[in-house]
Amino acid sequence: MSAISCTDLCKYYQQGDAVIKGLDHVSLDIEQGSFICLSGPSGSGKTTLLNTIGGLDSLDNGEISIDGERVDLLGKSALADLRLFRIGFVFQSYNLIPVLSARENVEFVMQVQGVSAIERKQRSLRILKEVGLEGMEDRRPAQLSGGQQQRVAVARAIVSQPKLVLADEPTANLDSQSMKKLMAHFRELNLTHKVTFLIATHDQRVMAWADRHIIMEDGRVISDELQQTS
Amino acid sequence: MALPVRAMSILAWRNLWRNYRRTLIMLLAIVLGVWAMIFMTALLRGMVDDMVKQGITALPGHVQVHAAAYRDDPSVTHSMPAPEEKLLDVLNGHLVKAWAGRVSVPAMISSEYENRGVSLLGVDSEAELALGFKPDDILEGRFLSGSDDRGIVIGRKLMQRLETRLGKRVVLMSQDPDNSIAERGFKIVGIFKAELESREENFVYAGRDVVQEMLGLGTGISEIAVLGHDYQAPQALSLNIRAAVPGGHEVLTWLELDPYLATMMRVMNGFVLVWMVVIFLALSFGLVNTLMMAIFERVREIGLMRALGMRPSAIVYQILVESVMLLLLGLLVGNLMAIATIIPLKDGIDISAVSQGMEMMGASSMLFPVLLWPDLLLANGVVIVLGIITSLLPAWRAAQYRPVEALSRT
Repeated sequence: MSAISCTDLCKYYQQGDAVIKGLDHVSLDIEQGSFICLSGPSGSGKTTLLNTIGGLDSLDNGEISIDGERVDLLGKSALADLRLFRIGFVFQSYNLIPVLSARENVEFVMQVQGVSAIERKQRSLRILKEVGLEGMEDRRPAQLSGGQQQRVAVARAIVSQPKLVLADEPTANLDSQSMKKLMAHFRELNLTHKVTFLIATHDQRVMAWADRHIIMEDGRVISDELQQTS
Repeated sequence: MALPVRAMSILAWRNLWRNYRRTLIMLLAIVLGVWAMIFMTALLRGMVDDMVKQGITALPGHVQVHAAAYRDDPSVTHSMPAPEEKLLDVLNGHLVKAWAGRVSVPAMISSEYENRGVSLLGVDSEAELALGFKPDDILEGRFLSGSDDRGIVIGRKLMQRLETRLGKRVVLMSQDPDNSIAERGFKIVGIFKAELESREENFVYAGRDVVQEMLGLGTGISEIAVLGHDYQAPQALSLNIRAAVPGGHEVLTWLELDPYLATMMRVMNGFVLVWMVVIFLALSFGLVNTLMMAIFERVREIGLMRALGMRPSAIVYQILVESVMLLLLGLLVGNLMAIATIIPLKDGIDISAVSQGMEMMGASSMLFPVLLWPDLLLANGVVIVLGIITSLLPAWRAAQYRPVEALSRT
């Protein structure tokens, strides 16, 4: 059984008299431990697909199952629990809580999960070190650069080791060195903990890390190929 | 799943101070509202308290014992014997602060120029002082020296009406038990003042033995006035006395003797609650507006928290914590300010400029604010409970945002 199964997903947006097809009959099966890149031009449906799989957005048609559980049928609280315990999000714009420090932002999800204070501290310090933010733990988002904020957001997404990470342009604000480090970290998690990664990106360098590459256009999947990783 | 209380408290506290100007303005409104609730309630309580105490002094006592028909016809025919052993045990017990057996009959007082109807009070001066007659109220002359004092003490207003003065003689006329005229001349030995002019005009004090002799009452009295320790709870005292008096007597608390005052006290409790709720309603608009603004500014963050796995109920909780923090801060400062305003006024506020109006309500020309713990608790309770209820609307609104829409807000 696939870790994620998407069948005939449709999502439409009304814009004046025109209907925009966010997702147009998209079907996908994703195995546990996959490392997938989604690419395509702006407005092709990459973010919409990530949002619907993560239960952030509703569908007009179709079914999504994660580990056999129908996401599209879950209520608000059940969806919240699914996102809390099984999915890590990295958003296009870093989306950090401005009144919390880098460490507190990373710890936030664990706090909601009920992880003990000692463990939270250990895990958050370790992950911040891994993403190259050692010594910046107590800085607020406004005191960090765009790239640093993105790394905090990545640390927050993976710190509680979710089964699935949905990342929307995670390397958009990173220099080449940081991008490599981040992708290596993603890959390591993927290989050692069988974490599934679904990464929407325009970045060719990121695509090279993926073992499956899906290309979207006008809400449709126009290409879905396995590839050799570099 | 348990709510991350600590995390939410930290978030709420920091969020409060993101727009510190708005928070401070709202805080000021809450502080003023709480201050107004407590301070005005203390003034109102003080006024009603004074009215009740004045009323009790005029009665006098918290509990009175009469012959059964005395209140319908307060004449000597409805007198009763002096208290005996069983009743004396209760009257001298721990529930009683002071008591007095008094003669109180309607009488006519005449000077050389005028005459007026009054209540003639035959009293034991020592017991009367213990009941609440203040020596300071004697303007001229002296109070009675004992129950066998042959002088009379009249009020300042009555003296003016009778066109008489200290040292002059007046004649008191009433009925004896045989319905014959009983009269006697008295020398005015003292002039008293009272907070209420009606008391100065309607009551005269004479020695009890002398009045009993004049009316042919023997040792009979009209009433026993009993002062307990707490005017707000005279029922226990009343029950004890009722168990000790013989049949044919009625034992009434001041609440029954003066229903107007009793109603005033009950209405006051309701009025205080209405007053507090009205103030809070005015405040609540500001509170809802503040929270709404805070939420509109943070739609994206609320969307983020939902996206990260916070349930809608946790969002509601988060907003409520923020509101409660604001309310608690306001309550703390408001309470302190109210207490700091009331304490310096403990010696009273002179409102003699409106004394005539106050007298019509039975209150004196000095207003003593009364701060009661239950009022303080009520004010705090109203603010917290209604504050939380009021905050539910913005909190609910915040919880309704769909994560994907909230995250797309700029």
